[in-house]
Amino acid sequence: MSKYTEDDLREELKTKEYEYGFFTDIESETFPIGLNEDIVRAISKKKEEPEWMTEWRLEAFKLWKEMAEPEWANVHYKKPDFQAIAYYSAPVAVDPNKTLDDVDPDLLAMYKKLGISVDEQKKMNNVAMDIVVDSVSVATTFKKTLSEKGIIFMSISEAIKEHPELVRKYIGTIVPTKDNFYAALNSAVFSDGSFCYIPKGVKCPMELSTYFRINQGGTGQFERTLLIADEGSYVSYLEGCTAPSRDENQLHAAVVELIAMDDAEIKYSTVQNWYPGNAEGKGGVYNFVTKRGLCEKNAKISWTQVETGSAVTWKYPSCILKGDNSVGEFYSIAVTNNYQQADTGTKMIHLGKNTKSTIISKGISAGHSQNSYRGLVQIGSRADNARNFSQCDSLLMGNECGAHTFPYIEAKNKSAMIEHEATTSKIGEDQIFYCNQRGIDTEKAIALIVNGFSKEVLNKLPMEFAVEAQKLLEISLEGSVG
Amino acid sequence: MLKINNLHASIDDKAILKGINLEVKPGEVHAIMGPNGSGKSTLASVIAGKEDYEVTEGSILLDDEDIEELAAEERAHKGVFLSFQYPVEIPGVSVTNFIKTAINSTRKAKGLEDMPAKEMLKLIREKSELLEIDRKFLSRSLNEGFSGGEKKRNEIFQMAMLEPKLAILDETDSGLDIDALRIVSNGVNKLKSKDNAVIVITHYQRLLDYIVPDFVHVLLNGKIVKSGGKELAHELEAKGYDWIKEEVNA
Repeated sequence: MSKYTEDDLREELKTKEYEYGFFTDIESETFPIGLNEDIVRAISKKKEEPEWMTEWRLEAFKLWKEMAEPEWANVHYKKPDFQAIAYYSAPVAVDPNKTLDDVDPDLLAMYKKLGISVDEQKKMNNVAMDIVVDSVSVATTFKKTLSEKGIIFMSISEAIKEHPELVRKYIGTIVPTKDNFYAALNSAVFSDGSFCYIPKGVKCPMELSTYFRINQGGTGQFERTLLIADEGSYVSYLEGCTAPSRDENQLHAAVVELIAMDDAEIKYSTVQNWYPGNAEGKGGVYNFVTKRGLCEKNAKISWTQVETGSAVTWKYPSCILKGDNSVGEFYSIAVTNNYQQADTGTKMIHLGKNTKSTIISKGISAGHSQNSYRGLVQIGSRADNARNFSQCDSLLMGNECGAHTFPYIEAKNKSAMIEHEATTSKIGEDQIFYCNQRGIDTEKAIALIVNGFSKEVLNKLPMEFAVEAQKLLEISLEGSVG
Repeated sequence: MLKINNLHASIDDKAILKGINLEVKPGEVHAIMGPNGSGKSTLASVIAGKEDYEVTEGSILLDDEDIEELAAEERAHKGVFLSFQYPVEIPGVSVTNFIKTAINSTRKAKGLEDMPAKEMLKLIREKSELLEIDRKFLSRSLNEGFSGGEKKRNEIFQMAMLEPKLAILDETDSGLDIDALRIVSNGVNKLKSKDNAVIVITHYQRLLDYIVPDFVHVLLNGKIVKSGGKELAHELEAKGYDWIKEEVNA
């Protein structure tokens, strides 16, 4: 009888290469490795930044030098040598006046391999993209359509030059430079990222989208995203990530700040598919990200993430519910396979009255991976009638992986209502056999079960992203049942 | 259609089936009866290709092809269907989505395109009416929170959708009240044709009043020890299994 044994599975896992693991040979300009004040200045100068920005970076650098890497997360890895990283890498010969047709054909070929045909995306998906390859944004589309509505959507480097008053007013207000070790590092050396401003009462007519990507070997990527939704406005923002294979671990420390003013709504969706390392746990991206949003009165921020990549993930997209009646949501699917480790979750800080938050977290662990949910629900003393609902579900595949849940609750107001539900389940051989008996092979059966498990979160993603996310889940878990 | 020759199977080195011989021809209904632990469900699982069991001797032929080396899904593609005694739950996967995936997997294995949505819809409508299944039921997560009767009805619904060559009903009557039993049996009877065959595994004669077998086999300690017509089922109902045990031991 043909058997699908543990050994077969292991063999299959080994042979599954990372789909996007190729390296495009683009001539790059890379700074010498290491970090000191001169490098920080050089980055700022290279980007032709105003003096205030340079000073802001230097201040952050000073703070960073005094800080220590956080160690409380449930992840174990060899600490990066911050003096062995090059802090700036830009594809050379980028001319901001270029159209897409002028873009380096190698670069365009790379997008194709990634399945991102910019032209196609433009036509089919009605998505405006700001594509970040390594550190410099090389193609921005739909700018005109957006500008007619007064929407500003550009790389943060451009924004620093063109809208310094907005950037200066808001940058670092939600995630202060001294917030944590990685946020301080990012503030000192951030290379590029996106900036978005939606004016009062404007409903952004399209999904805004950014693809981030690490390309040059041995470089870190430090994006900075700042998104401001003015009173009564609405925006849905998509962020997708892929990175080519690398043997050394690559560091990624991003900061995302969202500001939702009175009655505004921001939907922020992420699909993260960075190189997770090989089957033996060698290589892979370290993903240390600080994402936080502020809600003013009646505002709403919704984080949705599908995390399938990276060797180590440390990420807690959070909401500060400052305004009365504001709403925070966090929908997450985190998949770990092989030797991946993820410590991810959210913080919902209830400050205003009648504030509401919802947390739905789906963790899927396979192989030897460790998957942790860590969440904080904090109700301030003035937050009358605050409500939270949290649901954390874990799905295990095989016997060598781990799922952990660390919920923290701090309530200083007696009227708070906090609910927490958690489940852990395992994909059973009975489920697989049942599917097999109906003609569904094992790979497809796992995909079906995982998609079913993740459905509540997948449903929150914009359509074009949901399809990609489902595909990613399947790729990440191929042959991983034990 | 199905020929089982001297089939021996074991699990964790414990022999369960000890030389089964059975031939099922198109258009026939066979009932397999026997006390608990006689190997009825094991026989069903082994025919369907469950990997936990090891076939140590003998063969299973489907249309003269030895299917012993085939994976469970390949057997399904060839028209083997098992209605489970305990159908599993798959949270978040609707009945519709599941059956769609199953049908298209089989079509893919046969080199066919996915079934067009319109055709699928028509088929679902037709078959759910046959089994008196409510539309809302189809959008629920597979078997999650289903009553015993709903689970079994859902199994037969899937059978109706997949139109198997050989259907094995493993204790489909357990957990059914009299109305559900009638609906399920009606469904099975309507699906019967001269080209397909049904193996009914049951403890009780009750189901066989509705799905009338051409042959009744008694399974005891891993072997078929007695075969007969439908009257054998009545005899078992009246007298129990002890007299057969005595016969065998004599």
